[in-house]
Amino acid sequence: MTDAGNGLLHLVPKAEAKQSMKDFKSDQEVRWCPGCGDYAVLAAVQGFMPELGLAKENIVFVSGIGCSSRFPYYMNTYGMHSIHGRAPAIATGLASSRRDLSVWVVTGDGDALSIGGNHLIHALRRNVNLKILLFNNRIYGLTKGQYSPTSEVGKITKSTPMGSLDAPFNPVSLAIGAEASFVARTVDSDRKHLTEVLRQAADHPGTALVEIYQNCNIFNDGAFEVLKDKQQAEEAVIRLEHGQPIRFGVEQAKGVIRDSLTGDLQIVDVTEDNQSQILVHDAHSASPTTAFALSRLADPDTLHHTPIGVLRDIDRPVYDTQMSDQLDAAVERDGKGDLAALLAGGDTWTVAG
Amino acid sequence: MTSQVSSPAEQADATVVGEQRKPSGDKEVRRLDRVIIRFAGDSGDGMQLTGDRFTSETASFGNDLSTLPNFPAEIRAPAGTLPGVSSFQLHFADHDILTPGDAPNVLVAMNPAALKANIADVPRGAEIIVNTDEFSKRAMAKVGYETSPLEDNSLDGYNVHPVPLTTLTVEALKEYDLSRKDAGRSKNMFALGLLSWMYHRPTEGTEQFLRQKFAKKPDIAEANIAAYRAGWNFGETTEDFAVSYEVAPAAKAFPTGTYRNISGNLALSYGLVAAGQQADLPLYLGSYPITPASDILHELSKHKNFGVRTFQAEDEIAGIGAALGAAFGGSLAVTTTSGPGVALKSETIGLAVSLELPLLVIDIQRGGPSTGLPTKTEQADLLQAMYGRNGEAPVPIVAPKTPADCFDAALEAARIALTYRTPVFLLSDGYLANGSEPWRIPEVDELPDLRTQFAHGPNHTTEDGTEVFWPYKRDPQTLARPWAIPGTPGLEHRIGGIEKQDGTGNISYDPANHDFMVRTRQAKVDGITVPDLEVDDPATASPPNTGTGDPEGAGVLVLGWGSTYGPITAAVRRLRTAGERIAQAHLRHLNPLPRNLGDVLARYDKVVVPEMNLGQLATLLRAKYLVDARSYNQVNGMPFKAEQLAKALKEAIDD
Repeated sequence: MTDAGNGLLHLVPKAEAKQSMKDFKSDQEVRWCPGCGDYAVLAAVQGFMPELGLAKENIVFVSGIGCSSRFPYYMNTYGMHSIHGRAPAIATGLASSRRDLSVWVVTGDGDALSIGGNHLIHALRRNVNLKILLFNNRIYGLTKGQYSPTSEVGKITKSTPMGSLDAPFNPVSLAIGAEASFVARTVDSDRKHLTEVLRQAADHPGTALVEIYQNCNIFNDGAFEVLKDKQQAEEAVIRLEHGQPIRFGVEQAKGVIRDSLTGDLQIVDVTEDNQSQILVHDAHSASPTTAFALSRLADPDTLHHTPIGVLRDIDRPVYDTQMSDQLDAAVERDGKGDLAALLAGGDTWTVAG
Repeated sequence: MTSQVSSPAEQADATVVGEQRKPSGDKEVRRLDRVIIRFAGDSGDGMQLTGDRFTSETASFGNDLSTLPNFPAEIRAPAGTLPGVSSFQLHFADHDILTPGDAPNVLVAMNPAALKANIADVPRGAEIIVNTDEFSKRAMAKVGYETSPLEDNSLDGYNVHPVPLTTLTVEALKEYDLSRKDAGRSKNMFALGLLSWMYHRPTEGTEQFLRQKFAKKPDIAEANIAAYRAGWNFGETTEDFAVSYEVAPAAKAFPTGTYRNISGNLALSYGLVAAGQQADLPLYLGSYPITPASDILHELSKHKNFGVRTFQAEDEIAGIGAALGAAFGGSLAVTTTSGPGVALKSETIGLAVSLELPLLVIDIQRGGPSTGLPTKTEQADLLQAMYGRNGEAPVPIVAPKTPADCFDAALEAARIALTYRTPVFLLSDGYLANGSEPWRIPEVDELPDLRTQFAHGPNHTTEDGTEVFWPYKRDPQTLARPWAIPGTPGLEHRIGGIEKQDGTGNISYDPANHDFMVRTRQAKVDGITVPDLEVDDPATASPPNTGTGDPEGAGVLVLGWGSTYGPITAAVRRLRTAGERIAQAHLRHLNPLPRNLGDVLARYDKVVVPEMNLGQLATLLRAKYLVDARSYNQVNGMPFKAEQLAKALKEAIDD
């Protein structure tokens, strides 16, 4: 059985009536700091959900620990706010036992990449049908401002008064390395782009990892300013669209080409001579090589040349589908389980009265 | 090990109860009431398989039996060394028995290391069968034999049978196209054949087994069968083995029914499958491989046609995490592990306590701390199960007492989890997991009905008359909260590890509410219905001991839990046969403890608690009941021996 192209959404019951954003707001008071980027993501998700038209009782949000992990409380769906780093594992159990559910994981850079790094990479390689929203603010917010595994080297924080020593993870590179079948990046303040990425993630059968650059205005304010400020963003952001040449900058003057000697990607000023060599983005390429190379264009310190959009979106067997198929195959091969026959299997003997 | 049947005391030595000639041969046949055999060899010699086969033959013959596999943690320790020795002990009888036996009547030693590692357990007068081919000077020197024990009179008093097992096996297989080395590998089947002759075991089962095991290599199957038959014929013809033995079926020891031999881990796996069926819920196992629990993962993964989902996770934490996620979705969720895995799962168990979802945590205890003794048994996780979490996080605990009892214990753990919406610990151990005994196969309609109700609609009316669903509104009897699974319209709700407001389940940091919720979670576990503790006290027919030294009653109660049941019961039988008065009770429920336990403890002058730890149950009893419980402890990775326990209990009686 293949899941290609349908996103497995056909397995989830549809809503009987037309939904609105209001249907997805819970009665709980939202308790993020005023001005937090999480508000924008929450609004985008609540605004997007009606578009899917799924019965909201069949939607589950699972989170770990951290500011973003309060997210499930604010969604009027089923939800679980679990423990630090474990949301992908818990969601794996839920999704693999209930294919009629649309399961979303909400996590942060600390939750997903530090304490929960192991669960994240294994969920990705298994390709469980989960949609993972990774809120990356490059700082620990809930514990009040320590550096995170995505913080830039040398970051001065409460726990690193002389600057942090750790080299950061690039979550998109990590996910591609972990065999992810869908990897995208977007930004909290770009509602339109965020919604489009959510749309493609929801449509993807298997694990979808969406990194959302999210501003923590208390402990790391302006971390993504270079990507948000209109003028700076033109040079800093590379917007990827499947099937389109990868160009950016003022008047699309810059582009990405492949170095024929090293195979690596390079940023060049587009000229008449090299125009035909500009790389055309192929999110569906079976090989992860180019997607990985694109993810490496971003400078971890300045965030210049940060690609956003869907880097990778391929069809690969989905874990829960295969698990379910094995159960069906076992019934077909051996018949439906008969408890009495199971217990009485093996060598037996009878003691008469 | 049928537990409740009265029978003669287990004796230290096998007793000859009759003699007869075997009609078909010209050799003497003696009848025994019980025998203890230990097969010992190198890790690569196939001793576990040999023991398993002899056990199957014995089970199908209808003896009562109990087994003790004992093997190193290394897959292939250096050949011929003491740490590489693997053994399998089997006790079988024409009556009801309780333990794998203290001291072997027969030792099969496949090499010098096996002899050296086991001889101290074998009493003089026992039979020792040695594979002389392996007793080279070099092999003996490797384990510190300066002179050959077969020649230096150090085995005087034993009935030694020197047999060139390897040579005889190779000779028997010369018609097969096998190298000497490959042919020699069948020597364990030669030994099995010889022992099968010695004890009149039925042989068809083993031949059938070999054909099946080597179905893809029929030549190997036939070679093994040839070696097995050659061993049998060797016994029949050689003069060294002048006597063979009969141990009659234990028909009288067993209630009527159909029986099979079963190990603890298999019984536990079947118990879990049965629990899923009886609850009418899909079974979901999230697990990470760990000795000695992995066999449950292997077994359950075979039963996909029962709708059983098995998930081999990336680590222990993900194993229980996935199980908890499945529990949220309405599965009967299970995680299986051993002590080190429990340590990793602790935070998630705490979450399950807070979420109040049904979840089975199966701990097959092994020697600790840390990696400890992975293949040896211990009961030292009791306090970890009881208290090993942050905050006040009570978890019910049940413990099986014999290998076959693991089946019933799994059903009981599932009953508690589903009725009270709580994680439940099941504490088995390495001895129960790998040991085996006959099991009366239950009829499916004898099994408990474990069906439970999911929430399906609002359960609360607010002040303004609105019908709402409150995820933490409790059942007044059980204090269980409703199990509302995703997919149920109108019951959308959020749960989490942060403290919840009573009723609504909304986040609450209110001090009074937290105090109330902590006490309520404790009250729910304390209120779980468990049967009263039954005491086996021969004096209860006469006036019960009032604690004032009534000479008619037993003054000593021996109280155990878990896998010590067999040795304790065997010890108690010995004492009673010797005319001593002693009462015995065994705990299946460790949390909550039976309601009548305090009264029971107060009835006796002395309470002795044997445990394979440093006194964990005794600590709980002393704290809860202010009773001067005496610990009797052993933490050597092996089960208690009945004789040693009897001695300790006698000292308590006489004290």
